[in-house]
Amino acid sequence: MIGQRPALADLTKRIDAIPSVHRLTFDTESLGRWDSAFLTFVLGLVRYARNGQKEVDLAGLPAGVSGLIDLATAVAPHEEAAARVVRPSFVRIFGQACLDLARGTGRLMAFVGEAALSLGRLATGRARFRRSDLWLFIQQAGVDALPIVSLLSLLQGLTMAFLGAAQLKMFGAQVYVANLIGLSMAAEVGAVMTAIIMAGRTGAAYAAQIGTMQVNQEIDALKTMGLEPMDFLVLPRMLALILMMPLLYLYANLLGMLGGGLIAVTVLGMTGDQFANQLFHAVPLSVFVTGLIKSGVFGVLVALSGCMQGVNCGRSAAAVGDATTSAVVTAIVAIIIADGVFGVVAPPFSIQ
Amino acid sequence: MTAASREPIISVEGLTMAFGDFVVQKDLTFTVRRGDIFVIMGGSGCGKSTLLRHLIGLQAPAAGKVYYGTQSLWDAETEARLAILRRTGILYQSGALFTSMTLAENVALPLQLYTKLTPAEIGDIVSTKLALVGLAGYEDFFPSAISGGMVKRAGLARAMALDPEILFFDEPSAGLDPITSKRLDDLIIQLRDDLGATIVMVTHELPSIFAIADNSVFLDNVKRTATAGGDPREMIHNTRDPVVREFLTREGTFHENTPAPATALSPSAGAV
Ligand SMILES: Nc1ncnc2c1ncn2[C@@H]1O[C@H](COP(=O)(O)OP(=O)(O)OP(=O)(O)O)[C@@H](O)[C@H]1O
Ligand SMILES: [Mg+2]
Repeated sequence: MIGQRPALADLTKRIDAIPSVHRLTFDTESLGRWDSAFLTFVLGLVRYARNGQKEVDLAGLPAGVSGLIDLATAVAPHEEAAARVVRPSFVRIFGQACLDLARGTGRLMAFVGEAALSLGRLATGRARFRRSDLWLFIQQAGVDALPIVSLLSLLQGLTMAFLGAAQLKMFGAQVYVANLIGLSMAAEVGAVMTAIIMAGRTGAAYAAQIGTMQVNQEIDALKTMGLEPMDFLVLPRMLALILMMPLLYLYANLLGMLGGGLIAVTVLGMTGDQFANQLFHAVPLSVFVTGLIKSGVFGVLVALSGCMQGVNCGRSAAAVGDATTSAVVTAIVAIIIADGVFGVVAPPFSIQ
Repeated sequence: MTAASREPIISVEGLTMAFGDFVVQKDLTFTVRRGDIFVIMGGSGCGKSTLLRHLIGLQAPAAGKVYYGTQSLWDAETEARLAILRRTGILYQSGALFTSMTLAENVALPLQLYTKLTPAEIGDIVSTKLALVGLAGYEDFFPSAISGGMVKRAGLARAMALDPEILFFDEPSAGLDPITSKRLDDLIIQLRDDLGATIVMVTHELPSIFAIADNSVFLDNVKRTATAGGDPREMIHNTRDPVVREFLTREGTFHENTPAPATALSPSAGAV
């Protein structure tokens, strides 16, 4: 085989075709430099020959090659490892997906249950976590989130008012732009928008923080120190979001209504007083109360999905990435479902 | 006091460890006695860290028992298990420092949890522990700002924080230079002699093994069970297993400086 190196599969096929071959030797007289590709080829050939009970004589190879071949074949390939990675069939993948779903649901239930127990321990003063952690999380989920929440809710208010104004003008009902902004912010947009911002900002951060702790064995260290990861890691994060989300909700409302007011004053020629008056009449207090409760619930959902994905994270960088992604996805799905439930159970206003 | 006369502190009986269907090690039986420096040896990937996880309550056995004294770790109620674990200190293979806390906060955490000391007293103890592992002055560093060997040593300081009865070390000297590694050996002997601690450690360092270990278990990578045990200094002369011999001598032949057996050719002392 002077010149071109044949493909390993072709060569083994040709050897298989001649049953009388019992022994392989190498002639490398005319071989100049060799590289890892050559080594890989020889290694493949040696493995093939030994599997087929053929003798291999490495003497003809350059000394370096035969030495490396000895090294590479010294430890037999890990049998179980090879057996563990078989390509699964479609039925198997489907079945696995169903089992995973069932298991995931079970884990979710268990996690929610544990979180509830942890809140119980908090109530009886038996939950152990660092107060300094709680303050840090409150700061991260509160003050630190203000810029993005300000930006988005102000813009949201401006846009909604602008679009609404164009429509209302047709009926000469410009003044109702205050009702439009007030009700939609307080009843729906304020809570859902802050929740989604927090899911992407803070829920993802929680998943990544706890997931990295899992990778780094920090969770093991906590457990063996007798600390409940649920109390030490999840509880302060959950509390921070339960406390901060309603405040962010109020703040988002304020800015959204401010944005609406700006449009009302500049585009529709209302005075600030008119807009404010109309707003106060339009939005009953009960809408805010429901909104506050709703955003507290959203806070729990964001914290739980972030922490759950973190705690169940595997031990690799890719696993942390997956955990972060699913934390955000789970949180958003949960928020939308919960919002629907709230809409049915406690509608902000009725349509007669 | 001879090894056999000391009371057993950890007894492992017929332990099988598995991840799903993949059996890592089976039928492990050995005893760690109070005051032992017990070494878990074996090739990379044979299940040493996994064995440690079974001993410290992080992974449940597929079969078999782990006894602390007469109490079975895995049959105990959660409270009782935590009480057992409170007597232990653990250094993880990766250090496992809490990365969001400074070194001082890391070492202080167990003290804050389980003692009634004032913050000032805790601060003093933390400084002492860090000084013991050669990290004086690093109190306010975060784990991300120190080297891998320093992380190991800080983890050691945290493991020693509560002066535990039993210390578990997973490769304490991996990543340390020979001098620091020798100092670590001295520290381990001192922990045993002065504090009366029992030490269970995973290590590959032959000099350490021969210098300080007085009991051991050898996990075989291929047979997936323990193939030798006892005092490594005797084991090297008694063993018939070529894998064990190769491990202890680095190439399967005796060197001039192979240590002489502590008691010539007596049957190995520790139960295996
Ligand atoms: N989470 C896991 N899931 C499945 N298999 C695992 C898991 N963790 C470890 N293993 C397998 O268990 C075996 C033992 O791993 P372990 O970490 O205990 O090795 P080790 O003896 O500590 O090795 P080293 O000296 O390299 O630290 C390995 O073969 C590994 O593939
Ligand atoms: Mg290990």
